[in-house]
This record gives sequence, structure tokens and C-alpha cells, in this order.
Amino acid sequence: MSETITIDGKEIPFKAGQTIIEAATAAGVYIPHLCHKPGYKPHGSCKLCTVNVNGRRCSACTFPAATGQAILNKTQELEDNRRKITQMLFVEGNHFCPSCEKTGNCQLQGVAYYLAMKDNHFPHFFANRELDASHPDLLIDHNRCIFCNLCVRASQEKDGKNVFAISGRGINKRLIINSKTGLLKDSDIEVNDCAVQVCPTGAILEKRKGYSTPIGQRIYDTQQIDQVSLTQETVYE
Amino acid sequence: MSDKIRVATTSLAGCFGCHMSFLDIDERLLKLAELVEFDRSPITDIEHCSDCDIGLIEGGVCNAENVHVLREFRKNCKILVAVGACSINGGLPAMRNHIPLEECLNEAYIKGIGVENPQIPNDPELPLLLDKVYPIHEIVKVDYYLPGCPPSADVFWTFLTDLIEGREPSLPYELVHYD
Repeated sequence: MSETITIDGKEIPFKAGQTIIEAATAAGVYIPHLCHKPGYKPHGSCKLCTVNVNGRRCSACTFPAATGQAILNKTQELEDNRRKITQMLFVEGNHFCPSCEKTGNCQLQGVAYYLAMKDNHFPHFFANRELDASHPDLLIDHNRCIFCNLCVRASQEKDGKNVFAISGRGINKRLIINSKTGLLKDSDIEVNDCAVQVCPTGAILEKRKGYSTPIGQRIYDTQQIDQVSLTQETVYE
Repeated sequence: MSDKIRVATTSLAGCFGCHMSFLDIDERLLKLAELVEFDRSPITDIEHCSDCDIGLIEGGVCNAENVHVLREFRKNCKILVAVGACSINGGLPAMRNHIPLEECLNEAYIKGIGVENPQIPNDPELPLLLDKVYPIHEIVKVDYYLPGCPPSADVFWTFLTDLIEGREPSLPYELVHYD
């Protein structure tokens, strides 16, 4: 008999070593997330996947599943908190969806739509962030970076390079590039690197590809992120 | 006074795209006109708000006049609605926010390509620009938000009919877009 946890009362099997989010995904239960991606080392920074495990808050992407866990996921309180977290991500950067090539395919947007976020609630920072369009095939718009660390992990773990790092703390936190000039053109990044493809927002973009799919026909224009995520990530498992 | 629901609309630092999209409800405008009476709005040319049930605000707040108009709407409208991306987060006009105002004015009126007789406009009738473009919820309390650039005609229709018929407005997934 396999061991089980419960999520919102539903019994879910898990294998030893699986995190809560891995067990949930395998069983077709969506837990909202942005910094988590199957096959990548967990980072536990975006906190969207926060669930209630036997009365305590834990990140589902880092917390191991264990027998006896009664987990709450889709409660009003947790969903309200997740919406607030998403609103904070929106006001911390400069996320102007109408002018972003990634709109409709952006996971930050997808999560916000899923959480029925209509406004940003908080005062905006309107932070002064840079744009690095130095590379012939790629660009980085730091306005849209949410510090999920996925490009950092992808470059190290998948591409065998070390192009990105997160530097600084709090409001001064920023994505830095490992090159003599600090510019993308002088790094060893290439278009097909996982680090480019993995970006959940429009922060790292491939040039000349932005409008190959018209707005209105993009992923989250028609499908909710829970369905998209479960289809993609269950296949991966 | 008719017992119709009174609606006021305005565009602050917007492009009137949201108003155009509102008009895209097409023949449903006739049905709407049976239920509502327009107060201050580009549709009526009434210059100041009287007591209204619903106020629709397009655009963010970029100058002193926008602040006055927004406060007039808040004072007179029972329900104030932020319509479109610019009213919600400043939108494209807010992309000037990380550039100092003086630099913006210099670029547009002094150093800009093709500028003749360069001077920064300073007629006393021109409202003074604010340091930044602000979302309207940073100036007044907002009751509802209709995201989109612009929100589609169906968003306006669904929202207004919900509200007029006494339901809590609710937009289905496919009507919520930030772009």
C-alpha cells in the first residue's frame, strides 16, 4: 500500500522524496506557483505555493510530503494571500501588459488571471530598471523580472553555463549578468539555452519572435493556468 | 428627475480607447439608454458631475486637472469604477515615471526631432503636469476595476447589466485581460 497525504480532503499518494507540489501535480491537483518548475532544484522564493500543512504554513515546492499530512490548498484565505503576493509582484516591477510581447503567454499574468486579480491594490514603486538589448538575438527587460531565479538555475543546471545571478537585497535586488561589461552580448548565452526559454514573464525575450502568435490567441487567453500547468508538468513527470 | 440610473464617464490620462470600446456594445446602447441616463461624459458634453450612481474613469492621473476631475467624480458617484489598464496601473503614460519630468519636457519640446521654435508650453490655462502618472486608486477610493487595454465591449455590458440588475458584478475568465 502506498503512502498518502490529503489535500483539501482528497487523498493523494506520494513516493518517498517527493515534495508536496510534486505529489499534488502527479495527482492532478494544481497549486499556484511561479518560481517552481519540475526538473529544477526547488527555490521556495515566490511563496505562491504556500499551503497549510497540519496548521502550519509551508512552501509546497520545498516541503517533503509525509504520511499524516492534512494539507489545505484552495481555501479562501490562501487564495486571498496568493492574490496579494501577485499584486506585490506587479507593483514591485513595471508590468505594463499592453506593451509587453509576452502578454497572453506570461505565467505571472496567468496566475493573476487564475486568482481573479483585477487591480494592483498597492501603491506602485515605478522602479527605475534597465533594459539590455545589446545581444543580437535576445533582450532582457529588467522591468519585468520577478527574481524567480529560474534563469539562474537553468543556466547552471541545464546549460552548464553560469550566465545569471541575483545580486543585492530587498529593493536593491537585481538580476546580474556574468560578463566583463555586465551586458548580455558579452556573455556566453545563446538563443536556445534553457535559461532563455524558462523565463515565466517577459523579462528575457527572443528578438523578432514577439508577435508570431497574435494577441487573443495566446496560451492564457483561452486556457486557465491550472489546466496548462497540469498538462505540461504531468507530462514531464 | 427621471428614476433612471445615472452614469458619468470621463477620460483622464487615457486615449479614449476605453470609451470607443464602450461604444462597441453597438445596438445594446439602445437597451442601455432605456435603463441609464448619462450625466457628465464625452457623450453628453455636460461639464460637471451632479449626483450619479456610477462613474466610469478611463486613464491614469497625469496632471492637476485630472486630480480635480477624479475628486469631482468620487464626490458625486456612489460607485466609482476604474476602467482600463491606465486607470489601474498608469498604463503606457506611466512609462515616463522613471524619467524626471524636466527631461521628458526637454525631450518633447526642446530637443525633439523636428521641433521648431523650441519652448516648453506654459500657458496658465494648461494644467500642470504631476511628477508621475498615478493609478486612480492612489488618489481616491475605487469600488470596481475593469482591466483591459481596452476592456472589451462585453466587459462593459456584463459589468453594467450586473450592476443595474442588482447583482454583484462578476466577469468570466475569458473577459479578464490586462492587454
